[in-house]
Amino acid sequence: MEKFKTVSGVAAPMRGINIDTDKIIPKQYLKTIERAGLGKHLFAEMRYNEDGGEKPDFVLNQPAYREAQILIAGDNFGCGSSREHAPWAIKDFGIRCVISTSFADIFYNNCFKNGILPIKVTPEQLELLFDDADRGANATLTVDLATQEIHGPDGGVVHFEMDPFRKQCLLEGLDDIGQTMQRKGRIDTFEEQQKAQQPWLYGHPAE
Amino acid sequence: MSQPTTLFHKLWQAHVVRSLGEDLDLLHVDRHLIHDLSGARALTDLQERGLAVRNPELCIATPDHSISSQPGRTLASSPFGERLGGGLRKMAEAAGIPFFGLDHPNQGIVHVVGPETGFTLPGSLLVCGDSHTSTHGALGALAWGIGSSEVVHVLATQTVRQRRPQTMRITVDGELGQGVEAKDVILHIIGALGVAAGTGHAVEYAGTTIAALDLEGRMTICNLSIEFGARMGMIAPDETTFAYLKDRPLAPKGGAWDQALAQWRGLRSDEGAVFDREVRIDAADIAPQITWGTSPGQTLAITGTIPAPDSFVEAEQRNNTELALEYMGLSGGQPIAGTKVDRVFIGSCTNGRLPDLRRAAAVAQGRTVASHVTAWIVPGSAQVKVAAEAEGLDKIFLDAGFEWREPGCAQCVATNGETVAPGERCVSTSNRNFVGRQGPKARTHLAGPAMAAAAAIAGEITDVRNLTAVAEDK
Repeated sequence: MEKFKTVSGVAAPMRGINIDTDKIIPKQYLKTIERAGLGKHLFAEMRYNEDGGEKPDFVLNQPAYREAQILIAGDNFGCGSSREHAPWAIKDFGIRCVISTSFADIFYNNCFKNGILPIKVTPEQLELLFDDADRGANATLTVDLATQEIHGPDGGVVHFEMDPFRKQCLLEGLDDIGQTMQRKGRIDTFEEQQKAQQPWLYGHPAE
Repeated sequence: MSQPTTLFHKLWQAHVVRSLGEDLDLLHVDRHLIHDLSGARALTDLQERGLAVRNPELCIATPDHSISSQPGRTLASSPFGERLGGGLRKMAEAAGIPFFGLDHPNQGIVHVVGPETGFTLPGSLLVCGDSHTSTHGALGALAWGIGSSEVVHVLATQTVRQRRPQTMRITVDGELGQGVEAKDVILHIIGALGVAAGTGHAVEYAGTTIAALDLEGRMTICNLSIEFGARMGMIAPDETTFAYLKDRPLAPKGGAWDQALAQWRGLRSDEGAVFDREVRIDAADIAPQITWGTSPGQTLAITGTIPAPDSFVEAEQRNNTELALEYMGLSGGQPIAGTKVDRVFIGSCTNGRLPDLRRAAAVAQGRTVASHVTAWIVPGSAQVKVAAEAEGLDKIFLDAGFEWREPGCAQCVATNGETVAPGERCVSTSNRNFVGRQGPKARTHLAGPAMAAAAAIAGEITDVRNLTAVAEDK
């Protein structure tokens, strides 16, 4: 998995609440089983007109935010479908960090699996970050995972909470499958006991 | 004496393979459902890493999202059916995972197939790369939706890493009024609590109203848990559950059944168990629901009035309401009843089971779909379709002017290309009314099957209780 240490760049403000994964990547782009190339469809229905032309008002179409690496969004970001195409599209666009007051659980988990850092802040902190982000390229943010800090353009610092296990996984780009495979013995033991106590769970009667 | 424990904690503790930190555990997955939208990708990832599926006998795979619901369909009938559905078949068969393809009698939506085949069992831990996996909690399973990277982890290791959520109990007591069904109960709950109230929580539904529901109604309730942010919804298994499961093809048989039953009877929250949050709902307060906006929490009683943006104090809420009304082409302050509809969709993992179709058929019987409405019935599985046809429900629907289609997710998520056209208004028994969910610019109103059938007949959003009354007068 890709490591995440710091990201420094323009932050795009997206003020709506309950931005769901259908908005992040509409269904018509789920046909692919490839991750690459989804960035151009990120927020497609909010971003493009029916003829495929850009909607100039949409934040990521504005000159200041076309290269945004950080997204600042309203409450309950990523709710809805579990589609991992949502973080894939965000990352393929170039965004490495999403900041909100709250995230839907599945989306939050999916971010860590894809080297994206989701940061939860308080509503007051979010407002300050929105203000910074409104200034576009004149106000870049720096997110440092190791120190758990967001540095604003005017010297302001926001500290954020982060689970130590997840932090370590992102910082080191740890592969969770590899880690779990090392515990094969524990899994074998668990299954032996489970088979003894609940034999009906095993041996697929469908065959 | 040991501390009273919640059902959730009993289920969780029984699956801990190893603790990974304060409230992070590695848990054993007993049941894994795989579908076409994320399955082929995950199995390909696994293969590319040179890994094998650890326990193929604990999985089943079936195509549902990408396939056409058109009568006489093949994988080629939908734009991505061959790529996604065909890809899943190839990968599942190579991995030795039982696969229920289009011609298989058990094909259907994963969340319909799991329970009805007896693959989903009380006390089991079940995951699937789909957010509506909470459905299976209706049988007393610990079930939640995961992302496709996590699917690969489960395939390789038969385990999942999960942070232990908080617990919430929602107790619904009392008798449901005439014309009120499970869908109305859960939409009412989401409307009352808000769409993020369940985030970080595992929810147990309890109370006399829940106990009186059939298993399919309980599945509808647990299914929509994710729509208020709860990844897991569950209901303690009881005699209704056991009667539902007995003799299902994949359920334990003979001595194993008796042994399982003895263990399953202990799967309930102990008297005095403490939940992080408790919510009480009075069944008498619940009327047939219909959503008016672009979030499942934007719901109201069919007798209600669409809220006006300025009825909200918070700017965010006002703004949200304004955007939703604009998208939906509605005006605040107007009654929702009487809104003209173009389409009706009855089906999905929320409401595509036999009792759902029976309730819709009871409304449709002897009536005719309004001439301007296209109304679809999409059974949730091949089993549901066969059972409904055996009762003659297909004939009732066809006589009334509904289309009787093939099982799958179909127009709920429209990844198979079966979209609602831009600007069209659809009353749908599905689970999400998000912007663009049923197609770009499609306008979705969520409701139960009886309300949806009533809308098809009336050609507008209408109170099913009025239609029922007419039928009784005849």
